[in-house]
Amino acid sequence: MSRDAAKARGEVFAPWLDENAEPLIRFDRVTKKFGDFVAIDDLSIDIYEREFFALLGPSGCGKTTLMRMLAGFETPTTGKIMLAGKNIGPIPANKRPVNMMFQSYALFPHLTVADNIAFGLKRSDMPKDQIAARVDEMLGLVQLKKFGGRKPHQISGGQRQRVALARALAKSPKLLLLDEPLAALDRKLREETQFELMDIQEKLGTTFVIVTHDQEEAMTVASRVAVMDHGQLIQVATPEAIYETPNSRYVADFIGDINLIEGAVKSVARDIAEISWAESMEPLRATAPEGLTKGANCCFAIRPEKVSISAERPEKAANALPGKVIDIGYLGNMSTYHVELANGQMVKAQVPNQNRLSRHAFTWEDAVWVSFTATAGLVLTA
Amino acid sequence: MNRRFSWFNATSLTLGFAFLYLPILILVIYSFNESKLVTVWAGFSTKWYGELFRNQAFMDAAIVTLKVAVVSSTLATILGTMAAYVLVRGGRFMGRTLFSGMIYAPLVVPDVITGLSLLLLFISIGLDRGVGTIVLAHATFSMCYVSVVVSSRLVSFDRSLEEAALDLGCTPWDAFRSVTLPIIAPAVIAGWLLAFTLSLDDLVIASFASGPSATTLPMKIFSAVRLGVSPEINALSTILISIVTVGVVTSSLLTKRASVRRQQQERAAIAEG
Repeated sequence: MSRDAAKARGEVFAPWLDENAEPLIRFDRVTKKFGDFVAIDDLSIDIYEREFFALLGPSGCGKTTLMRMLAGFETPTTGKIMLAGKNIGPIPANKRPVNMMFQSYALFPHLTVADNIAFGLKRSDMPKDQIAARVDEMLGLVQLKKFGGRKPHQISGGQRQRVALARALAKSPKLLLLDEPLAALDRKLREETQFELMDIQEKLGTTFVIVTHDQEEAMTVASRVAVMDHGQLIQVATPEAIYETPNSRYVADFIGDINLIEGAVKSVARDIAEISWAESMEPLRATAPEGLTKGANCCFAIRPEKVSISAERPEKAANALPGKVIDIGYLGNMSTYHVELANGQMVKAQVPNQNRLSRHAFTWEDAVWVSFTATAGLVLTA
Repeated sequence: MNRRFSWFNATSLTLGFAFLYLPILILVIYSFNESKLVTVWAGFSTKWYGELFRNQAFMDAAIVTLKVAVVSSTLATILGTMAAYVLVRGGRFMGRTLFSGMIYAPLVVPDVITGLSLLLLFISIGLDRGVGTIVLAHATFSMCYVSVVVSSRLVSFDRSLEEAALDLGCTPWDAFRSVTLPIIAPAVIAGWLLAFTLSLDDLVIASFASGPSATTLPMKIFSAVRLGVSPEINALSTILISIVTVGVVTSSLLTKRASVRRQQQERAAIAEG
């Protein structure tokens, strides 16, 4: 079933929820060691056809190793990697139906743009007369028709990035790997290119696996995001789920901005947990996750944009805490207030700047109340 | 930067260049001397150049030298490039450190010892000494220079270019031939030129490795000088110097022009956005 057809019927593209769906890629308990260093630690994961799958994590978390194993530049120490039901472990890189777009683009400096794109095709069994047509098609896809005769050093960084993409896609691989594809572009170009990438991926229906350390990039482009740390997957979910319901302190802290308050469960009643977190402070009220037990250590997590700030105590709020404005960060579209609570705990609250000329309601040292609903925050135990 | 004229700078420059080039200048001037006596100036003449070209022994030696230089530097370039590739790219293998140390050993071993050991080897395996053994000897000692030049280029070579080639369906050999080699070609050519010049002016190793049938130009010059310096040798040296000068100047002009053109094109690409 194509993704567009599914969209047309109002269905959501989510093969990972379908128990009968066959994964395109399956990592089956894969471990990779470099000497004593464990880069990938007993990792299993399924990636489905037509997915735009993002591997996200800090440097050294193993995301690049995972990708290089898919490309065939590294072999797993133990475990199996299946591609379309076939173990690709013993298949060398040049025989895999997988292509990669390199972080440095790795364009061949001695060949023209068109020859770079044709490079892989000339080594396939494609007849010669079709190669030129295919190169032309790929140049059209990345809007570089005029630049086929130039050498890589004669085009700009953004154009080089597109040549690298066209070269990697020319052989119509089953799987395209993208290693930090946009890292070398400036911010504005990067944002435009993210949408271009998504368009191209949707048009071709190729499965994309992208490695990035830029969480915004991962959230923007991906159908699912895998957050990695120390060679393990911490959470694999849609961008929304990763942001709104992180499964651990690590993921919550890694994705976006968040307030984390350590505490312990005081009581659980009718789905609402009370969390005691500091003496002389009212307990926090939040929706309790399943299986939360009284007395357990936990962490209360809330995004700054879900925290309201007001001069008076709001009447109906499930949680309201008095404090003092310490810092104001003006970001243009919104402002971030750093509020110090009575016990010294800092809480960040983000307020959109809706009126262009309004004065800020609060300034440094003002006494304020921060408040949020019972469903705004999360109770994390991991 | 201080661009003003200073007596100190001018003096050091003059002294330095005089030290380097005065002997060569004198040699060039005296190659046009009319007199048979090398140290007495008797007017301008090119007759020694004519004498030189009529001297069959010198011409034969020159041909032997060129043959040896071309073959041995090609051999050294192939072997040296292979060695550099394995040492830089081969990853960790048993004895890698030992090998990488040993490949540079001929750089520091005195020529006399290299020559003597090669002579002993040729005798013990019963190889007839002649042009072939000089070629082998020159390839042996110049291949390490090639490997130094090529490996320094390979170290700065973006490895992902080779990986991209593999990823696009190349076998490792195809990747080397169609991606690595064209990109490191300038270093390989530089290595070849280095090996060529080393072979051209080697005297010691050639003397050990050659037999009665083969005499290289440096050997010929050296034996001629022992009987007294003749203006013919000045003429020969002047020709050699001009060949080398023309080669060096052209190649550096070409490199310079290529890099200027490249920079212009890069600027143009950035300006176009």
